[in-house]
Amino acid sequence: MKLITAVIKPFRLDDVRNALAEVGVQGMTVTEVKGFGRQRGHTELYRGAEYVVDFLPKVKIEVAVTDELADRVVETLIEAAKTGKVGDGKIFVTNLEQVHRIRTGETGDQAI
Amino acid sequence: MKTLRKLLPALSGVGLLLPELARAQSIDSGDTAWIMTSTALVLFMTLPGLALFYGGLVRSKNVLSVLMQCFAVCCVVSIVWFVVGYSMAFSGTALNGLVGGFSKAFLSGIGLDSGDGIPETVFVMFQLTFAIITPALIVGGFAERMRFPAMLLFTILWVIVVYFPVTHWVWASDGWLNARGFRDFAGGAVVHVNAGVAALVAAVVLRNRKGFPDEPMPPHNLTMTVAGASMLWVGWFGFNGGSALAAGGAAGMAILVTHISAAAGSLAWMGMEWVRFGKPSVLGIVTGMVAGLGTITPASGFVGPAGALVIGFVAGVVCFLATQFLKRKLRIDDSLDVFPVHGVGGFIGLLMTAPFSVYLGGVSPLADGQTVGGQLLVQLTGAVATVAWCGIATFVLLKLIGIVSPLRASEDDERQGLDLTQHEERGYIL
Repeated sequence: MKLITAVIKPFRLDDVRNALAEVGVQGMTVTEVKGFGRQRGHTELYRGAEYVVDFLPKVKIEVAVTDELADRVVETLIEAAKTGKVGDGKIFVTNLEQVHRIRTGETGDQAI
Repeated sequence: MKTLRKLLPALSGVGLLLPELARAQSIDSGDTAWIMTSTALVLFMTLPGLALFYGGLVRSKNVLSVLMQCFAVCCVVSIVWFVVGYSMAFSGTALNGLVGGFSKAFLSGIGLDSGDGIPETVFVMFQLTFAIITPALIVGGFAERMRFPAMLLFTILWVIVVYFPVTHWVWASDGWLNARGFRDFAGGAVVHVNAGVAALVAAVVLRNRKGFPDEPMPPHNLTMTVAGASMLWVGWFGFNGGSALAAGGAAGMAILVTHISAAAGSLAWMGMEWVRFGKPSVLGIVTGMVAGLGTITPASGFVGPAGALVIGFVAGVVCFLATQFLKRKLRIDDSLDVFPVHGVGGFIGLLMTAPFSVYLGGVSPLADGQTVGGQLLVQLTGAVATVAWCGIATFVLLKLIGIVSPLRASEDDERQGLDLTQHEERGYIL
C-alpha cells in the first residue's frame, strides 16, 4: 500500500477530487496548509510598509491506495492539478505499513 | 462662521448673566434640527466609524483594545466635558483669551431656555462630539502598546490641558486666535493638528512597537477598515456642515466642498501609490479620503468647490509623502499614521484656507483691510501655536503619567496582545 500526499493549488481541489473518484479512490483527507517552494511568496504593501509573505496557502491531500492503483492515482493527480505555472505543487509517495478500519477492525487492502 | 460669531457671545458668559434676555432670543427649529442631526453624525464618526477604521488596521490580538480605547474615550470625555470641559472651552475668560473659566462648570445655568438660534443644550452636545473624536484619533499613535490605565489618565489630562484651551483660543468669542481673525471652520487646528501632534509625541515617547519596522504588522481586517472609513465620510457632513451652526447656505456649501475634497484626496493618494508602487490599494484610497476630509475641515465654510478640489488633491499627495517620510525615513512608529494624515492635513488645510477663501470661487471674503498674505500669516500663527502648545504639553503629560503608571505594556504582554493582557478577552473566537 502507498500513502500519496499531494500539495496543490487550492482552486484545483474540486477537479482533483472528482478525477480521483473516477479512477476508484474512495476517500481522502484534505488539510489547508501554508508553505513555499519555487513560487516563493509575495509582497504586501500597507501605506508604504512593505512585508514579504513567504508562505502561500495550499491544500494538502492525503490518499491511501493499494499498490496497483498508486501509479494511476499519481498520473490522475498530475493531470488534474496541473496549470503549468510555477506553484502547482508536489506529490510525495511513501510506503504504507498498515491500515485499520476502526469500525470493523479490517486491515490491509480491505481497510482502504 | 458669521453665525458662529453671532451665537458665541450669547453662549459665553454674557448670555449666562442675562437669562431673561436669552429666553427672549428666538430658537430656530430648522437650525436646531440640523445641529441635532449633526451631533448624531459626529458621534457616529467615533462610534463605530473611527473604532472600526482603527480596529481593522491593528493585528487581531489587539482589535478589542482599540475598540475599547475609542469607546472609553467617549465615556470619559463626556463626563469631563460636563464637569469642566464645556466651561473651560466656551465660558468667559479671565486669562486673555487663553482658556475659559469655571462659571459653567457642571453645565450650571444651562436649561431649556438658554441659547440663541439653537438651544445651548444642543450646542453643548454638538461640541462634545468634537471633544470626543480628538483624543480618540490619538489612539492611533500609541495603538498596540499602551496600557489601558495610563491611556485613560492621559485622555482626561490631555483634554483639560490641551483640547479645552485650544478650543477656547479658536472658537470662543474672546479666544485670542478668534480675535485675530484666525479661520478654522470645523477644527483643522482644534481637532486635526491637535490629534496629529499628540499622536506623534506619544509614538516617540512610548517608542516603537517591538519588531517595528522589520516584523510584519499588517492590518488584520481591511473590510472592517473600509466600512469604518465610509462611516467617517458620511459623518463628516455633520462635522463640517454642522459647524455652520445653522441649516442654510453655509452648511450646504460646507458639505459640498467636504465631499469634493474627500473624493479628490482619495484619488490623489490612490494615484500616488499606483505610480510609486505599481498598484492602487484599498487602504490607500480610504486613507486618501481621510486626508482629504481632514484637510478641508478648517477651510470648509470659506472655500468654493474648485478650491476644495485643489485642497483635496494637495491633501492626498502631501499626506501620502508625509506618511512615507515618517515611516520609511524617520522610522517613527505612529502606528496608524495619525500625524502624517491628520496633523499634516490639518496644518496645510489651515494654510490653504487663506488663499481659497478668496480665489477659485471662495465664498468668504477676508475682513476689511486684510490681505491674503496677512491672513496666511494669521493662519500660520494659529497652526504653529497649536503645534507648539500641544507638542510640549503632551510630552510633559506623558512623562508625568509615566511616573504614576507605566505607559507601556510589558514586552510579554505586548507580544501576547493587549486584548488578553489588558481586558482578558479575545476579539475572535472562531
